[in-house]
Amino acid sequence: MTTQLSEEDLERHFERTVEHDLRLEPRDWVPDGYRKTMIRQIAQHAHSEIIGMQPEGNWITRAPSLRRKAILLAKVQDEAGHGLYLYSAAETLGADRGDLTERLISGRQKYSSIFNYPTLTFADVGVIGWLVDGAAICNQVPLCRCSYGPYARAMIRICKEESFHQRQGYELLMTMMRGTEAQRRMVQDATNRWWWPSLMMFGPPDGDSPNTAQSMAWKIKRHTNDELRQRFVDMTVPQAEALGVTLPDPELTWNAERGHYDFGEIDWSEFKEVLRGNGPCNAQRVAHRKAAHDDGAWVREAAAAHARKVRETA
Amino acid sequence: MVAVSFDNAYEAVSEANDEARWAFGTGFEDPLAGVDTSLPSGVDGDDLATYCLMLGDDALVMSHRLQQWCTNAPELEDEVALANIGLDLLGQARLLLTRAGKADGSERSEDALAFFRDEQDFRNVRLAELPNGDFAFSMARLLVFATWRLALLQRLTDSRDPVLAAIAAKGVKEVTYHRDYAAQWTVRLGDGTEHSQQRMQAGLDAVWPFVGELFEPHPVIARLPAIAVDPGMLREEFDGVLTQVCSAATLSMPGTPPIAGVAGRTGCDGVHTEEMGFLLAELQSLARAHPEATW
Repeated sequence: MTTQLSEEDLERHFERTVEHDLRLEPRDWVPDGYRKTMIRQIAQHAHSEIIGMQPEGNWITRAPSLRRKAILLAKVQDEAGHGLYLYSAAETLGADRGDLTERLISGRQKYSSIFNYPTLTFADVGVIGWLVDGAAICNQVPLCRCSYGPYARAMIRICKEESFHQRQGYELLMTMMRGTEAQRRMVQDATNRWWWPSLMMFGPPDGDSPNTAQSMAWKIKRHTNDELRQRFVDMTVPQAEALGVTLPDPELTWNAERGHYDFGEIDWSEFKEVLRGNGPCNAQRVAHRKAAHDDGAWVREAAAAHARKVRETA
Repeated sequence: MVAVSFDNAYEAVSEANDEARWAFGTGFEDPLAGVDTSLPSGVDGDDLATYCLMLGDDALVMSHRLQQWCTNAPELEDEVALANIGLDLLGQARLLLTRAGKADGSERSEDALAFFRDEQDFRNVRLAELPNGDFAFSMARLLVFATWRLALLQRLTDSRDPVLAAIAAKGVKEVTYHRDYAAQWTVRLGDGTEHSQQRMQAGLDAVWPFVGELFEPHPVIARLPAIAVDPGMLREEFDGVLTQVCSAATLSMPGTPPIAGVAGRTGCDGVHTEEMGFLLAELQSLARAHPEATW
């Protein structure tokens, strides 16, 4: 069928697809704004997976048992895999992986700020699994119903694996809490350091989140930042109790009237500083990614040159 | 499989967890299921344990070097591949160290052997412990290591020790892929750009002095006929594969002379390079800082 559809027809098709909770696919017409928003979101997600390999990768060679080493190495490998299929999803919208990588290492595109914090003990590996992967799942489960098909499908697989990682992280912490006094201190210390940054993972408060309304209208996003943050807090408090750690917020209390936990004010000035590039590890994370990319340039050039030779002789 | 409810992905986390074998290597199947794990008759347990340590330490130390590539690979596909190879070897190491701790009657666990043994008790070849260098050096080392190990494991599947035979059978499938991966990169880099060819040749030349050690006879192996594989038998196949890969990669077979040991003693006698101490410092530091801890 080569019937020429007018821009209005295309737009109507797009709107009806979104309205009826159907999926948009790579060859469907979408408005420029939707395409840009979707590419930006998927790219930032892909970058987060790749940069997120660093804080956990930091402990692979020092993991204190071979079983934990295997679990951690497999997890970081999963993150590379997530990055790969998210970049592929972005490419279905016309983006180019090489270009997105350039944007990451030149600081023009962001990744989740949580990875700008350091991993200082092995308990951080467990706490990242529990809190950071937990928050990520909270954010990502609704994305399995996102209006853009390739992204929604990628999220289903990613959520399954993240859920597995979260269980492994929580299990590590349970084991450590049953261990020595030093191990219990490590878990509490890591919880203290990661709790607030985990809450910041949901983004600025709804009143200060300019893109939310449009993303929700397009059904890219299903819940507001504050809704997801509340859900995360409500789910995590009983887990902390089961674990035997204290969440570092004296204002954290059950509010029977609301049916939710109340919690203290997040330090948004810290969030903004990290977002601006002044977190403890921003420079280090990007420099590391850039160095790996630059060091590998000759390898990628060689592979491309070899592929050309093979094509020419074929 | 983990069942996940997408409305509440958190349900999973509060379930009781009894999956003690998570990530034993990369798979979930027990490669020793149904295998007779008692010692074969007429075998000296200490010798068998030493042999298991040789094979296990090679895998453990080589895996450590591959782990160090993590977040540093030239391309994301290689992040996945290198981690995969590292995981395979880690899985082999765990089975072999566990077997060693049983064979010598010490009942030492894989972790006791990995984290609480001193350098002179590590039995790996020096090739495995060399620092990664650039991607060409790492691929040259992996090609040599995997070609040698595949030839070895293929013969080990006939071992009179059913445990070694089962570990080898699992390993053959894995190391076939490792060799293929390294060979493909050797060809791409050798027959890529002028610059990559120089670096690949330099990598092979730098690895080559450590090749001779792989095929040296050892008294422990000599005392384990039909259990262990005589490394001298592997040289011909090894040279054949390397010649073929070098030819496809438009590289020269290296002629760099073998590097000496100390009074004839090398890696499998516990005499290592200066790099080994740093590798073990990294591997063992946390476990040794908390000897009473369980992880």
